[in-house]
Amino acid sequence: MITGQQTYASLDESIGSMVLNQRRHKRAWWIFFLVGIMGTGLLATSITWLVYKGVGIWGNNVPVGWAFDIVNFVWWIGIGHAGTLISAILLLLKQQWRNSINRFSEAMTIFAVMCAGMFPLLHTGRPWLSIYWLFPYPNILAIWPQFRSALMWDVFAVSTYFTVSLLFWYIGLIPDFATLRDKATKRWVKVIFAITSLGWRGSNRHWHRYEQSYLILAGLSTPLVLSVHTIVSYDFAISQVPGWNTTVFPPYFVAGAVFAGFAMVLTFAIPMRKAYGLKDLITMRHIDWMAKITLATGLIVAYGYVLEVFYAWYSGNPNEWDMTFNRRFSGPYAWAYALLIVCNIIAPQFLWVPKLRTNLNFLWVICQFVGVGMWLERFVIIPMSLTAEYLPAMNKMYYPTVWDFAMFGGTIGFFIFLMFLFIRFLPVINLFEMKDLLYKMTGHKSHGDEHGAAELATEGA
Amino acid sequence: MSHGHEDAGPKVYATVAEFDSAEALLEAAEATRRAGYKDVDAYTPFPVHGLSDAIGFHDVRMPWFIFMGGLLGATTGYTLQWYTSVIDYPHNVGGKPLNSLPSFIPITFECTILFSAITAVFGMLILNRLPKPYHSIFNTPGFERASQDRFFLSIESTDALYADARNFLLNLHAVAVSEVNE
Repeated sequence: MITGQQTYASLDESIGSMVLNQRRHKRAWWIFFLVGIMGTGLLATSITWLVYKGVGIWGNNVPVGWAFDIVNFVWWIGIGHAGTLISAILLLLKQQWRNSINRFSEAMTIFAVMCAGMFPLLHTGRPWLSIYWLFPYPNILAIWPQFRSALMWDVFAVSTYFTVSLLFWYIGLIPDFATLRDKATKRWVKVIFAITSLGWRGSNRHWHRYEQSYLILAGLSTPLVLSVHTIVSYDFAISQVPGWNTTVFPPYFVAGAVFAGFAMVLTFAIPMRKAYGLKDLITMRHIDWMAKITLATGLIVAYGYVLEVFYAWYSGNPNEWDMTFNRRFSGPYAWAYALLIVCNIIAPQFLWVPKLRTNLNFLWVICQFVGVGMWLERFVIIPMSLTAEYLPAMNKMYYPTVWDFAMFGGTIGFFIFLMFLFIRFLPVINLFEMKDLLYKMTGHKSHGDEHGAAELATEGA
Repeated sequence: MSHGHEDAGPKVYATVAEFDSAEALLEAAEATRRAGYKDVDAYTPFPVHGLSDAIGFHDVRMPWFIFMGGLLGATTGYTLQWYTSVIDYPHNVGGKPLNSLPSFIPITFECTILFSAITAVFGMLILNRLPKPYHSIFNTPGFERASQDRFFLSIESTDALYADARNFLLNLHAVAVSEVNE
């Protein structure tokens, strides 16, 4: 799980220097950072125009009230779920290989939820008023939100998810901030990390309570992450819209979230480990296992698609069958459904072949297919189902506008922007957990033999 | 060795031994506990398993606090929905009962998780007395490496057996032993 001759010091050096030695960030970083800045600018422009003009600039129309905004919301939230899966569920299952990818995927979770959260807020049209639409607080109108609605559940689920992910991420960072504080040479850098580390000193008493809290937080995050996408799927599943009203949604949404999330982790991890020489820490075994999880969750998603069709037939509801047969298998949006099957079901099947799982370029391309496929899945479910409801008057096509694409592209840029800031200014791999892993792997080898090991490390590097 | 009671010099905080591996620290901590030292702490770059047992430190308050946080969250979540939907703003929605128990489960659940997670993080920080930017242990020579690759064991001057602490630690194969002032 860690290759090369490593010592605690060499781990600190290879990870910590990404923050402390800013010269490690070369031109590639600036290129991506500029792409991110441009995307963020596009997002800011779209939001400004949206707030000035109103949601009329989007393609949403009367039967299709939920379109790109909700598609993007669900897609982004799903991307975030892999982070929590890696950091919490794999911790509880004692999968120590998670140690080198958890920090980075937790960051991804937080940034993805930030992107996701924007969409429903802006969809309200007047986000500055949404505080009273969304959150229960005593107001002068003497009204309260409707707690029987899945949309309120969503508000609580997503805001809890964001808060808990942020707390989990931050307490994971505290001991690493202490390491950076102690390694830093410039005084102002030391001061910053001294503040962010809260004066962490690695006391056994502190570690004792820290580990208790960390483990329980993982235990809390596990049902939380399952509940979040379950509740997101309730937005659709508890309604009566044909194509939405299906009991398979909660498990299939959760699997789809993990599927897209792992693809996103790989999308970032593959170039990052190359650019920053982290191949000994994020090894081919990690890549291979992540590809396997992508394949496994992809198969669950495929099973979900089969069941959706089965339910449409088995329910005996002509509208459900009409939705499946005339809107998905054929009709004006059949291309989206066909592309979805290609991206989500056919493309991941290549991952059965071990050679293709470890072919980084190929795997990266497959991950892009998964990302597109999962976006299309939400497109097929959300606006497409609304284009053909029970009455002929409710049959209407949906066409996105340039602003729909601008806002979506903008959030992707914003995500890249935040990820690259993170790579540069925070430790991308959990230092203390990697040391713990090294300690468990090497056992007694390092005892009294530190200098020898350190020399080997320089030879290996 | 003085007990640090003189008015002139700075007070002695502890005697601290430095080790170069977690195993050496574990052995030393075990020996220290057996020798009867009580005010002992260890400083490590990562949580070393078995160290709490070796030192003789045990604290189970954290899980209980988190449990109480969860109970408070569940109660708050349900009460909020019940009070607003039944007492303050009763509203007939599709003929559903005012106290719609199944519909109130998701938010009750989310509040349980939220309150317990907040308790887990802030409870841990409070019990650990963090943030604390300055602590006497930071005066130990070479203590920067406690967060990197060295392992420290301290016997604090408040310990009843402190007079022998230095000689005791010198016999434990430490890389260095130093007396640290407050």
